[in-house]
Order: sequence, then C-alpha cells, then structure tokens
Amino acid sequence: MTDFIQLLVAGISIGSIYAMTAIGFVLLWQTSNTINFAQGEFVVLPAFAMVLFLTVFRWPFAAALLATVLVSTLLLGFLVKEVLVARLLEAGVLPLVIATIGLSLLIRYSLQYFWTPLALPFPPVFSRVPIRLGTIVLSWEELMNVLLVGIVIGALQLFITRTKLGWAMQAVAQNRTLATVLGIDVSRLVTLTFVLNAALAAVAAILIAPVYLVKYDIGIGLGLKAFYAAIIGGFNQIRGALLGGLLVGVVETLAAAYLSSQFRDAFALVILIAVLLLKPEGIWGVKEEWSS
Amino acid sequence: MRRLLPLGALVLGALLPLAFEQYKLYVASLTLVYLILAIGLNLTLGYAGQISLGHAAFMALGSYAVAILGQRGLPFEVGLAVGAALGFFWGLVVGFPALKVKHHYLAMVTLGFNIIVFLVLRNWESLTGGSFGISEIARPAWGPISFKSDRAYYLYMLGWAAVVVTSAYWILTSRWGRAFRAIRENEMRAEVVGVSLRNYKLMAFAIGAAYAGIGGALFAPLLSYIDPGAYTLDRSIQFLMMVVMGGLGRFEGPFIGAVLVTVLPEILRASEGLYLIIYALAVILMMLFMPKGLVALWDRALGN
Repeated sequence: MTDFIQLLVAGISIGSIYAMTAIGFVLLWQTSNTINFAQGEFVVLPAFAMVLFLTVFRWPFAAALLATVLVSTLLLGFLVKEVLVARLLEAGVLPLVIATIGLSLLIRYSLQYFWTPLALPFPPVFSRVPIRLGTIVLSWEELMNVLLVGIVIGALQLFITRTKLGWAMQAVAQNRTLATVLGIDVSRLVTLTFVLNAALAAVAAILIAPVYLVKYDIGIGLGLKAFYAAIIGGFNQIRGALLGGLLVGVVETLAAAYLSSQFRDAFALVILIAVLLLKPEGIWGVKEEWSS
Repeated sequence: MRRLLPLGALVLGALLPLAFEQYKLYVASLTLVYLILAIGLNLTLGYAGQISLGHAAFMALGSYAVAILGQRGLPFEVGLAVGAALGFFWGLVVGFPALKVKHHYLAMVTLGFNIIVFLVLRNWESLTGGSFGISEIARPAWGPISFKSDRAYYLYMLGWAAVVVTSAYWILTSRWGRAFRAIRENEMRAEVVGVSLRNYKLMAFAIGAAYAGIGGALFAPLLSYIDPGAYTLDRSIQFLMMVVMGGLGRFEGPFIGAVLVTVLPEILRASEGLYLIIYALAVILMMLFMPKGLVALWDRALGN
C-alpha cells in the first residue's frame, strides 16, 4: 500500500508535466490547426538553455529562469510562428505537420551535434530532503511539480475564460473565418498562442529536467506522451489534456512498477488505442465538425 | 517516346551498379531496399495523405521473418512472403483505430508502434536474439542457382524491386489509385462521390506496410546480420524524408528520394549527426519553397 501511494504520487507528478505539455499542444491545434510534432523538442530546447544559463554562465536561478522563458518565447514562439506557421497555415495540415517533424529533427540533432550527445545533470530545483508521512516517503519535487502545474493551468484557464484576449482565442478556435469577420486579428492571436505554448514548454522543461536529466533525445518520448495525453483526454479541451496527462503519467508509472519496466513506454499507446476504439473524440472531448 | 526515355534510363541505371566495386555495389543494393520502402510510404503518404512514422517497424517485421524462418530452414521466399503478410496485417491493426478519427492520428500511433516493435525486438531474446540480433542470415538459392555473391544478390533484389515498382504502378493507375488521389485532393468531395474514405486509407496504409515488409526481408541477407538498432524511429523518419524530398504523390518521387538519401551522405562524408541536420533543414525548406519536391525540377527541365 505504501509503495502504491508513493508510485501514485510520482505518477501524478510526472503526469502533470505531460499535461502541461499537452495543453500547449491543444492550444496550438485549436487556434492554428498546427499539430506540433516538435512539441517534445520545444521542452528540450529550454532545458538546454537553462543548463547553459545556470551551470555554464553561473547566473542566479531567477535570472536563468527569466532568460530561459525569454529565449523560448522568442525562438519557439515568435520565430517559429513567423517563419514556418504563417507561411504554411493556408497550405493545409499536412505540409505544416511535415515541417514540424523537420523542426523537431533540426532541434534534436543540432543539440546532439553542436552541444553534446551525453545526458547533462540538472541542479535540483526543490529541496531533496524527503517528506515522511508515517511509512510513506514523498519528495518535495513531486509535490511542488503538481502544485506549480496546478497554478499555471489555473492561471491559463482564468486567462482564457475571463479576459477579452482569451475570449478572442476561443472565438478563433471555434470558427476562424467568423472570428476574422468579427474583427479579431487572427494572426496576432496565433502568435499569442505560440508564445503561450513556448512559455508553458519552458516551465515544463524546468520541472522535467531534474527528473529525466537533460539529453537531446528526451523530446521524442515527451512529445509522444503529450500527444497521447491530448488524444486520450480530448483534443479540443484543456481539461481533457489535463486528464489525459495525469492518466498517462499514473498508468505508466504503476505499470512500470507492477507489470514490466522494459515496456514502460508501451502502456500509453495501449490506453490510446483503447480510447480511439471506444471513444475516438477522447474521454472528455467533443466531436468535431469537418474542419478541413 | 517521353515514356520510353525514362524507362530506358531506369533500366540502364539499375544495371550499372553491376560494374561497381564492392562497397559501391553495397550502397546501390541499399538504395534498392530504400526504394521499395519509399514506394510503399509514397503510396501511404503521397497518394492517400497519411503520415506513417513507423515504416522501420514494418521493415523489421520483414527482416526478422526472413532471419527467424531461415534459422528454421525455410527458404528465403517464404520468409519474404510472411514478412509482407505481417506488414499488411499489422498495418491493418495499427491503421484501423487511428484512421477511425483524423488523419494526423496515424502519425503518432505509428510512431508509438515503432517504439514498441523496437522494445519487443530488444527484449524477446529467445526469438530475436535481443540486442545481439541474428547473424549468418543466408541469401536465397534456387536449387543449383545461388544468389550468394554480391552481384547475384543485387540482381535478385532488382527482380523484386521490379515487381514492387510494377505492382505499385498497377495499383496507382487502377480504380484504387484514382480513389487515393481523390482522397488526397479533397476528402469531403471524395466521400460525397462515394469513395469509402476509411477503407481506402486503410488499404493504402496496409499495402505501404506490406512493401516495407518486402524491403525489410531483402535487407536482412544483404548484411547477413540484423539487430534492433537498424529499425529505430530515425530510420522511419529517413524514409519520410526520402518521400518528401523526392516529391509527394509522384511516381518518380521515391526514385529520386532513395538515391538522394543514400548517395548524399557518401558524397558529403560528414558524420551522421550532421547530415541528419542537413536533411531536417532540407525538409523544412522544401515545405516552404518547393512543396512538390525535387521532382518539380525534373518537370521544369522537361518543360511541362
């Protein structure tokens, strides 16, 4: 039982990071029909940036964090939107998908080739002193991950439901043509979404880096799980991505401990296929109209 | 004449490697394997608009079928047939749930499939030899005629490549090919005029996977040794790049792509990391400036 609770908390902790990555993914899809295959690398790049600022430049933590978010939003937010997405948006889903696959390879192998193929250690963000509740041992890292992700997602939800900009985003997500007619600057909103996604990815990077270590290829698994989380929960809902992320995190952690650690990465796919067969719009999703 | 000219060039180009020295002949043989896989993926991606990131996994099914059945004394062709059938079957299994929804889901499901196949190959040691793989995979022989030498095996592979090219040509000029194209051009319209979207997409994907099985089967005896490292996601992505660079949905596309992706590293002589970066850049630039692929240059040269 003790083991189970510890594993459950660990699963929720990693799942909350998947959820945050998945939410950015869903936002991009909703406002710009971009399926970002580079989403995993969008987390890896800021993680490397953080290592650069923190351990190479030896900047204080807050400055490094700020610089990381800045780099991420500029490169992965503005630049990607202006150079790739703005030009390919009208060409349909497929060219943009292929371009983001190219982008993921470019980021991944550039980091490997120009920086290092090795895993870089990342200084712990939170205290490593364990918390003991009777026989249960938890870590600050796990609890703070969940708390931080909760705060970020809460703030995002408030932004989307309570501000004018957030309403405009919802309008674009629901019907782009109509939003344009209503005088919403769609292009600016797409940029905003990319910047938001990049900022979310930077936060995810800082949370996941101490867990996974920083390596050029961790983005493959991370991006995959974020995508699975988004489909499992419902591709068109923030809460769906949240649910999906937690589910993937918990199931894979428990299954790795109790069933097979060698096949850890396979369990998310099993849930995904089950969901696709039984409820293709996702557990919490809404059926979409023809959108092409 | 316009048709005969490329055909003649093709036959000549295909026979030319027989005069090559050993290493170049090996590169040419590898190009044939890639060509078969790229033709399969082009059917799936270029014509039916479905992204598969798991072609290396289907290829692995073919390679391991040949290797494992060969160990048990069965002839190569049986392994190849089993490999193609396995590719087709798993194509249906993987494609069925993914194609139930939107077209982009297939990409992620196949990506996951690739990872799982890799894990199975590495961990099912009693069958696959685990990380050590399987060695001494025999080349085919028909009674007294043996395809053991590199040149003979190249010819043998060329025969299968011809079968694949011809069958793909036949599929694409048949009713099916027209349906595939109709789906790619406009899904909604295709459905309105009575094309059963899902069945055709599923078939396009499963046939592409079966071709990958054939390519994989031919690949195994080429090196006479296989291990899971040859069937990673990177390999799948390489196939995707071939098809995109050659020209999506164009019959000539895979030929250009396969030759380019195998020959370019030989010319560049750069480390693997660097040419992956170059490919990645090329794919992005291609999407931005030449979405029709390199085949567009060819078109321009021919003046149409």
